[in-house]
Amino acid sequence: MLIELQPRKEPNRLMLYLTPVIAVLATMLAGGILFTLIGHDGFGAVREIFITPLFDPHKWQDLGIKAAPLILIAVGLAIGFRANVWNIGAEGQYVVGGLAGTGIALATWGMEGWWILPLMCMVGALGGALYAAIPAFLKTRLQVNEILSSLMLTYVSIQLLYYLMRGPWKDPDGFNFPQSRLFTDSQLLPEIIPGTIVHLGVPLAFVIAIAAWFVLTKSVFGFQIRVVGAAPAAARYGGFSAKRTIWAAMLIGGAFAGLAGIFEAAGPFGQMVPQFPTGYGFTAIIVAFLGRLHPIGIILAGIILAVSYVGGEIAQTSLGLPNAAAGIFQAMMLFFLLATDILVKYRLVLGPSTKTGEAA
Amino acid sequence: MSKNQEFRIELREITKVFPGVIANDQVSFKIRPGQIHALLGENGAGKSTLVKMIYGIMQPDEGQILWEGKTVSVTSPKAARKMGVGMVFQHFSLFEAMTVLENIALGMDASISQSELESKIREVMDVYGLKLDPHRIVSTLSVGERQRIEIVRALLLEPKLLIMDEPTSVLTPQEVTQLFQSLRTLSATGCSILYISHKLHEIKELCEEATILRGGKVVGECDPRKETSKSMAEMMIGANLKQISRAADRKFGAMKYVVNGLTQPGEGDFGVALDDINFAVRSGEIFGIAGVAGNGQNELLLALSGELPVGDGKTILLDDMPIGDLGTLQRREAGLCAVPEERNGHGAVLDFSLTDNAILTARNRMGLANKGIVSNGNAVAYADQVISSFAVKTTGPGSRAGSLSGGNLQKYIVGREIMQQPEVLIVSQPTWGVDAGAAAAIHQALVDLAANGSAIIVISQDLDELLSICDGMAVINEGRLSKTLKVGEVSIDEIGLLMGGVHGDPFATAEMSEAVHAH
Repeated sequence: MLIELQPRKEPNRLMLYLTPVIAVLATMLAGGILFTLIGHDGFGAVREIFITPLFDPHKWQDLGIKAAPLILIAVGLAIGFRANVWNIGAEGQYVVGGLAGTGIALATWGMEGWWILPLMCMVGALGGALYAAIPAFLKTRLQVNEILSSLMLTYVSIQLLYYLMRGPWKDPDGFNFPQSRLFTDSQLLPEIIPGTIVHLGVPLAFVIAIAAWFVLTKSVFGFQIRVVGAAPAAARYGGFSAKRTIWAAMLIGGAFAGLAGIFEAAGPFGQMVPQFPTGYGFTAIIVAFLGRLHPIGIILAGIILAVSYVGGEIAQTSLGLPNAAAGIFQAMMLFFLLATDILVKYRLVLGPSTKTGEAA
Repeated sequence: MSKNQEFRIELREITKVFPGVIANDQVSFKIRPGQIHALLGENGAGKSTLVKMIYGIMQPDEGQILWEGKTVSVTSPKAARKMGVGMVFQHFSLFEAMTVLENIALGMDASISQSELESKIREVMDVYGLKLDPHRIVSTLSVGERQRIEIVRALLLEPKLLIMDEPTSVLTPQEVTQLFQSLRTLSATGCSILYISHKLHEIKELCEEATILRGGKVVGECDPRKETSKSMAEMMIGANLKQISRAADRKFGAMKYVVNGLTQPGEGDFGVALDDINFAVRSGEIFGIAGVAGNGQNELLLALSGELPVGDGKTILLDDMPIGDLGTLQRREAGLCAVPEERNGHGAVLDFSLTDNAILTARNRMGLANKGIVSNGNAVAYADQVISSFAVKTTGPGSRAGSLSGGNLQKYIVGREIMQQPEVLIVSQPTWGVDAGAAAAIHQALVDLAANGSAIIVISQDLDELLSICDGMAVINEGRLSKTLKVGEVSIDEIGLLMGGVHGDPFATAEMSEAVHAH
């Protein structure tokens, strides 16, 4: 008896929605076993990482502020992924967006006015978009693979951050610590719920995701993104330019990541610091796929990954697990998702291979 | 010699079931040594599945295969070759950048030295009259020559049964004649041949016996030499053939679509450059472009439809308006629609619904999108209209394009373009891989569109198709287009010579085309 994969006639709709759930459950199971084997309380870790944050109302605000950047970045990336544009350098665009907005904050330091914060956000988005324009240009002009160029530019952006923190943008009153000045009230995102850390960026991320859902499903532009991704030749036949689509997808992905960057700087951080890159740009790739590249799915997936971030912190203090534990769970989630995705197009069949042999 | 051994191969009640469809239902037939046996049927009748089982690519669910009187189980193509079965596929598997000899050496199960192989190849070519230079690079060969490589490759194994899958669909009439001579020589040596085709006149000319498949079942056996093409066609489709109805006194209007000196470099290493292409089509006229595959048809379609715009706008005129430098979107607005050769992923997106496939090309002309927002209601209505007008068999506009059969999808694509009422319609291979019923419907729709005053350009490798629906035609060979020929006055032989009967020798081709034009 052999297990065999048989192609399905139509992709299975149920599996399409079920595999993310299966992936999360498989992650919990495999992660629990793995951590037990290396001598920790494995299933305790699963409980702390995946369950505790959901049932502790004090942690809900943490979930919100962690989910927001993930959702925002993932929605931008999903637009690209649907068009087969593989921008995996969102982390770099997030950093440059944060830096660009910080630049405005430092230039307007000491000033007051309602216009400062919107300007910071706009420049932040613009900075992310411009940083994503580099791989877009290389891809459309020189056929440079955007996976490599966007990824490598991430490390360039981090060096840029370190340089600015240690040099030109160092806080003159900061006892020589490598960090920027603290943003002023005109430069910080206001709290939405008084007494919590939930800032304006959180509801905005949800609103932007829902707006993206509308654009992707109802507009000709959304149609263009889907056609270019599904069948480039048909897209050209239908009058859609592949190059323009690459540009649009990269710029939108970069702008959303940049916006997430300045939301973080003007929100939870309140200044620019060398610890600014926290890996949201990479985790957002998992969020995008776990959410099936669908803005509504991404909202749910963003919350799940936020749970794993918050839960990872809880597990650090309560069980003494290393910080990397949450990262391991997140990576396993992507692994299991990609592995179970095969069930959407294939069915598992038990039987001798000679009976069901398929044409090569 | 036992009684059974009078047959080389015998199939007994072979059944093969795929999810949702019975590909072969209790199929039985026998082939004697040296016999040329035709397997006849429409696309989707189950011919390919059946030969794949004989060649060991698939195994039957039920039934037996008897080889020279003994029950065998053919588990792989290698086992089939060992038994003595050779196969020449419709699509070749050759490396373009390697020589003929290298390609053949790569496909051999046994390893022998190059020089030994070369002498064997030359021997086989001598015996069967197959002309081929073992040291030529494959990319420089015509399709007919490439097919000869595959035949030589099969013959080197001294097969007792040679399976040929649709071998003539890519050949010129002259190449077909040569192929038939080789096959007759082969059958005279005692090798059986299983010849798969839906071209009836070829089967009448070549085969001694025919098994006719329809919907996976054997619906008849006959001696093709004693049947008419019409009687075999009716057995094949199980119904009476419809004749295309066309007004005899067709009148053409003003010049609709004019191409002046279209020259484009080929894409990539193996693309074909277009060289000074000129032709003009009038309102109400159907203009055909014949040619063997790979002579620039794809490049021509892309340039004519606007997928690859031409630098100078005046190269292509639509109703005297220069459109050469416009893309597909603007050309569609100007009234030009097109149907590419490839349905899957070019003419349609298989993963999309029929509604979304309507939006792909009809969104502006038919108001399926307004100010950048898709109107789903209009799109569903238009898709529904195409489905009902062209009798597309599907569960509805929401079904995935990939779930339709080839013929039905083609009807949908052609219908989607025709119902936009274009001034000019360009169609490539309108009935490629389409059953006779659907082909007749598509031909009738093209004729009707022309009767309403549109100009139509049909690019096709199927000469019968062009001769039956076109008013004028030209032949494309190595990126150059012949002068316009009048259908009804030109003979098949002349067209065949233009198609590259002297392929590979540009001078001879040029001379030949002058000779044809001169008379």
